[in-house]
Amino acid sequence: MKGGSASSGGTDAPSNSSSSSSRTKKPKYSKFTQQELPACKPILTPGYVIMIFTAVGVIFIPVGLFSLFASESVVEIVDRYDIDCVPSNYSSNMLAYIQSTATNKTCTRSLNITKEMKSPVFIYYQLDNFYQNHRRYAQSVCFSYTIYFEESTCDHRHRNLKIAFRYVKSRSDKQLRSSKYESDTKDCAPEATSKGFPIVPCGLTAWSLFNDTYGFSVKNKALEVSKKNIAWKSDKGHKFGSDVYPKNFQTGELIGGGKLNSSIPLSEQDDLIVWMRTAALPSFRKLYGKIEVDLQVNDQVTVVIQNNYNTYSFGGKKKVVLSTTSWIGGKNDFLGIAYLTVGGLCLFLAISFILVYVAKPRPLGDPTYLSWNRNPAGN
Amino acid sequence: MKRYVYINDDEASQDLYCDNRLSNRKYTLLNFLPKNLWEQFSRFMNQYFLLIACLQLWSLITPVNPASTWGPLIFIFAVSASKEAWDDYNRYLSDKKANEKEVWIVKQGIKKHIQAQDICVGNIVWLRENDEVPCDLVLIGTSDPQGVCYVETAALDGETDLKTRVIPAACMGMDFELLHKIKGVIECPGPDKDIRRFDANLRLFPPFIDNDVCPLTIKNTILQSCYLRNTEWACGVAVYTGNETKLGMSRGIPEPKLTAVDAMIDKLTGAIFVFQIVVVLVLGVAGNVWKDTEARKQWYVLYPNEGPWYELLVIPLRFELLCSIMIPISIKVSLDLVKSLYAKFIDWDNEMIDPETGTPSHATNTAISEDLGQVEYILTDKTGTLTENKMIFRRCCISGHFYGNENGDALKDVGLLNAVASGSPDVIRFLTVMAVCNTVIPIQSKTGAILYKAQSQDEEALVHAAAKLHMVFVNKNANIVEIRFNASVLHYEVLEILEFTSDRKRMSVVVRDCQSGKIILLSKGADEAVLPYAHAGNLLIGAISCSIWKFLRPLYFIIPKFTSGQQTRSFIEAVEQYSQLGLRTLCLAWRELREDEYAEWSLMFKEASSTLVDREWRIAEVCQRLEHDLEVLGVTAIEDRLQDGVPETIETLRKAGINFWMLTGDKQNTAVQIALSCNFISPEPKGQLLSIDGKTVDEVCRSLERVLLTMRITTSEPKDVAFVVDGWALEIALKHYRKAFTELAILSRTAICCRVTPSQKAQLVELLKSCDYRTLAIGDGGNDVRMIQQADIGVGISGREGLQAARAADYSIGKFRFLKRLILVHGRYSYNRTAFLSQYSFYKSLLICFIQIFFSFISGVSGTSLFNSLSLMAYNVFYTSIPVLVSVLDKDLSEQTVMQHPQILFYCQAGRLLNPSTFAGWFGRSLFHAIVVFVISIHVYAYEKSEMEEVSMVALSGCIWLQAFVVALETK
Repeated sequence: MKGGSASSGGTDAPSNSSSSSSRTKKPKYSKFTQQELPACKPILTPGYVIMIFTAVGVIFIPVGLFSLFASESVVEIVDRYDIDCVPSNYSSNMLAYIQSTATNKTCTRSLNITKEMKSPVFIYYQLDNFYQNHRRYAQSVCFSYTIYFEESTCDHRHRNLKIAFRYVKSRSDKQLRSSKYESDTKDCAPEATSKGFPIVPCGLTAWSLFNDTYGFSVKNKALEVSKKNIAWKSDKGHKFGSDVYPKNFQTGELIGGGKLNSSIPLSEQDDLIVWMRTAALPSFRKLYGKIEVDLQVNDQVTVVIQNNYNTYSFGGKKKVVLSTTSWIGGKNDFLGIAYLTVGGLCLFLAISFILVYVAKPRPLGDPTYLSWNRNPAGN
Repeated sequence: MKRYVYINDDEASQDLYCDNRLSNRKYTLLNFLPKNLWEQFSRFMNQYFLLIACLQLWSLITPVNPASTWGPLIFIFAVSASKEAWDDYNRYLSDKKANEKEVWIVKQGIKKHIQAQDICVGNIVWLRENDEVPCDLVLIGTSDPQGVCYVETAALDGETDLKTRVIPAACMGMDFELLHKIKGVIECPGPDKDIRRFDANLRLFPPFIDNDVCPLTIKNTILQSCYLRNTEWACGVAVYTGNETKLGMSRGIPEPKLTAVDAMIDKLTGAIFVFQIVVVLVLGVAGNVWKDTEARKQWYVLYPNEGPWYELLVIPLRFELLCSIMIPISIKVSLDLVKSLYAKFIDWDNEMIDPETGTPSHATNTAISEDLGQVEYILTDKTGTLTENKMIFRRCCISGHFYGNENGDALKDVGLLNAVASGSPDVIRFLTVMAVCNTVIPIQSKTGAILYKAQSQDEEALVHAAAKLHMVFVNKNANIVEIRFNASVLHYEVLEILEFTSDRKRMSVVVRDCQSGKIILLSKGADEAVLPYAHAGNLLIGAISCSIWKFLRPLYFIIPKFTSGQQTRSFIEAVEQYSQLGLRTLCLAWRELREDEYAEWSLMFKEASSTLVDREWRIAEVCQRLEHDLEVLGVTAIEDRLQDGVPETIETLRKAGINFWMLTGDKQNTAVQIALSCNFISPEPKGQLLSIDGKTVDEVCRSLERVLLTMRITTSEPKDVAFVVDGWALEIALKHYRKAFTELAILSRTAICCRVTPSQKAQLVELLKSCDYRTLAIGDGGNDVRMIQQADIGVGISGREGLQAARAADYSIGKFRFLKRLILVHGRYSYNRTAFLSQYSFYKSLLICFIQIFFSFISGVSGTSLFNSLSLMAYNVFYTSIPVLVSVLDKDLSEQTVMQHPQILFYCQAGRLLNPSTFAGWFGRSLFHAIVVFVISIHVYAYEKSEMEEVSMVALSGCIWLQAFVVALETK
């Protein structure tokens, strides 16, 4: 025992204190090691709880009212045109109409302005039941194999397209950014190459670019549609390169959506940039342009639509939307209603707590309420 | 398989057997990586995560970047691998230290100094006093002329008393020189782990002794890791070396202890896993249906008509990956992290430093802190744990006179001092027994003071007391004991030592008084082992065997009236009185022997000590022939003081709903008295003590049933009922009436088990564990080691009986009273924090996962991930890791409050903070929060510009804010 190891030093510490004095066993005192760091422990007394609830209610209800008011002040005109723009002789076979190259796709709609719309008036196109967030489409990597096109969707492109096992992505961020990566299309299949040349921009997303066009006029006077600043600045500046030009786009065997002017760099193709920002919901609006003049009450706005985009195969709806904005953005009652609900709930709770507190007061921190004091016979 | 060990013959056995290199290492440099990986992957969670990570490499189905799983996975593996490596390195270092220890061996007749690892089978190893035995040896020579040496086997079997080992008869009487040249062969069995058995033969080659075979037993061996004590030197032949020694063979890696919280987390993980499978199946089917009905019409996604055979699997697997974050990969790492921090808090705690020695508390096992908060049973040792194990001679009763009753210290009793001064013969004889009848070895230190080295603390106390009373045990020279009384020096020649065994419960020495030439037998022992042999009562009582003596003791108050005088009666009274006070009593007795009586007996004793069969029993029998007609001189009372704060600690912990069992090797009376004085049991009207006793199976059965009946009746009353059981009855009860005893164990909140052996202690722990109780065993000595290792939590007191218990334990503390703080503060906080942390981990993962699932409903059930890989990883690693740090320091109630209201521990004990229903609460909360976040983030953007990245960021920040709010609300 005498020759015991250092760890037995505890019992005979006094005898060899000289040797062990250098490495003191006593841990250094600090508030952290003793778990004595300062802390604040607010106790949720009835008074505090009622105060907090009241405060939340008092703040939220006006905010909600303001939001609702702002939302109400937004003027919004929505017109669904996908069915009405199909001539009646094609109404039983809309697909044939939209897929035929021979039919006249021009369609004229008339919108009645019910309330004065101050400039800028935003023009949106809205697609319903269009899954831009679908996995194969939206973002990520997926795997492609032998593809057969369903006859009903693409009868004129009826063919087999064999693409060997390759990783695909619906876009190539690198390719969009800079011309150096023009041939970086490995993520893009099945729309990666055309006759062996890389497609710019590649991928399903660009391939299915929305290509309906709108022209607006009031009282036979054409309204200018401004396409300036409809895309995000950061997208234009960083994600889409100014030296990247469309190449081999929509030249393959399959034609998807719209075409691009190959003399304009991608960073200037605002429609494409807007389209490429995938929507999170199956119903979404995308900015088409802006009208920089005020629209007066009872103005009849004539919209000339080039109805090119195929939503008929999957029952999607197409709408054109004219909308003004307020400080909360577009028309959206949800925020206001949410604020009002939460605020109202808080006030209600506050009042009921007050009632309970007045009717049945209970002293705070009374140990007789502890479970083992209430029921000593238990256990 | 037999092995033949050729003594001192290097050629014969050089390469046959392994060398003495110890290796406790799990890994080598080469096999570390594969072996460690294999071990890690044998855990279910890791297999699961690996599967997920592998699936993610298949890019058709992965919703996120594979790095988001591979990164954390590799990190986790690296962390646990480096922890293992560090532990293994430490083992390597300690092995190295043991291996490189220098030992003396004999090679070709020359003594050489070599490293322990180079010992070969057949080498003769020389040991000096206090050396650790480097390998299993067959003893062939000692410094003792009788061929005896003493070893301490505590490291091997946990018993702290010294054991005698003898050299085989064939080597008896060989001198120093001869031993160097000895040649022979030992035929012994192959290595095994039985430390009680060694059946071998020794044959020495000529010219040493005739060619006879000499049988060897375990008595002739000294095993690895024992210590040589009280013997100047010893030498032996190495028979088993390295990892083939008895210790090496029995060394097992103790099973890692799993806490209740861990088990619960595993269960909940399983539940989540099932839930995940269900979600995956439902969404997978829905996804396939949607794909076939809707997605094919969507020309823009270019879905193929026909796919490969696994096409149907793709979407379910995708969802499996999407949902894999439901089981947070970080939970194990963060739990390990905070657990080691809890352990550090225990190490750092200034209030748990032993003020006397400055030893801080230490958590050896860092993984089980929460269990401290869930303890239901505490099994405690008595001596050294509840008491200080500092024996002090307090009172005595010499021939009817009580000394020390007034002031509680006989050494200051004027009556006794006067009696000593006046040379009262009774008192002097009493003191002589105190000073001589022992195995204490005095050591003269340089300053002149005498240090006593004793096997038992009691003997030391007696010798010290005798020295204080001017009867100083000065020196022991071979067999001559030198005593200084006042100014005169007395010599006694020790003729025989009749050793103490736990069966005999007494020890005696036969000495010759060198002044008068008389031969005297001096005895001391437990009252029931001495008083029956007193000559006063021998007519009647002497016939009664000592084992049933104690049951008849009440009768003994009557018997002496017509058999003997006042004296014996006063001794009985003294014993009663002293044990009432919780003092340890010893009766001292003596008898003058006639020369011829001794000579006759001496022959018998010699014969008995050299028998091979049943030697111990034979010796005991022979001893009994001498130990009769004793003249009882008096009774000593030794106090073993309670440690500071023991009663308060026990009371507080009992209030906290923890049941206490005391397991002690001490006798019933002392145990009960200690129990009373430390609030273990309440005194009579409030408490009731039931005892289970009996010698035979039937008696035990009856008494067990009686106790059980009483227990059942009284459970409804708020009464403190405890039962007392002694080792013998316990053994019968455990063997034959295990069921009844188990029921008793469940009913009784308090129990005192006395006279129990180390293995019985472990059995009791096992019994309670089998009833699904969380047990904590606390002890200080080698005899508690097994119990400590067996229990869910082992706490060792780094006390006087050495450090074995503290080393084997999960926690070591300096004093018993720190247990209160360990459980109520550290245990409780750890439990609360872990409960919060684990559920919170699931909550935050589920929150994100639910949002992903909701999103999949509006993205055509195609398995699109709303969040990108980077934000997912940032959410898991960065945003939600700060609360982990906060919760480690969280205190729901102040320490003082908990100490004042220990009942609060009920919550932890019953597992109220982490169980399926609380978990369901967290689950519901995450579902609700997910709905709120999802609905709000979808609707605030309505139709207009509802871009995915924006929505995902809004939802993510919603999640982050919500979970931060939850943390702020939940931590106090």
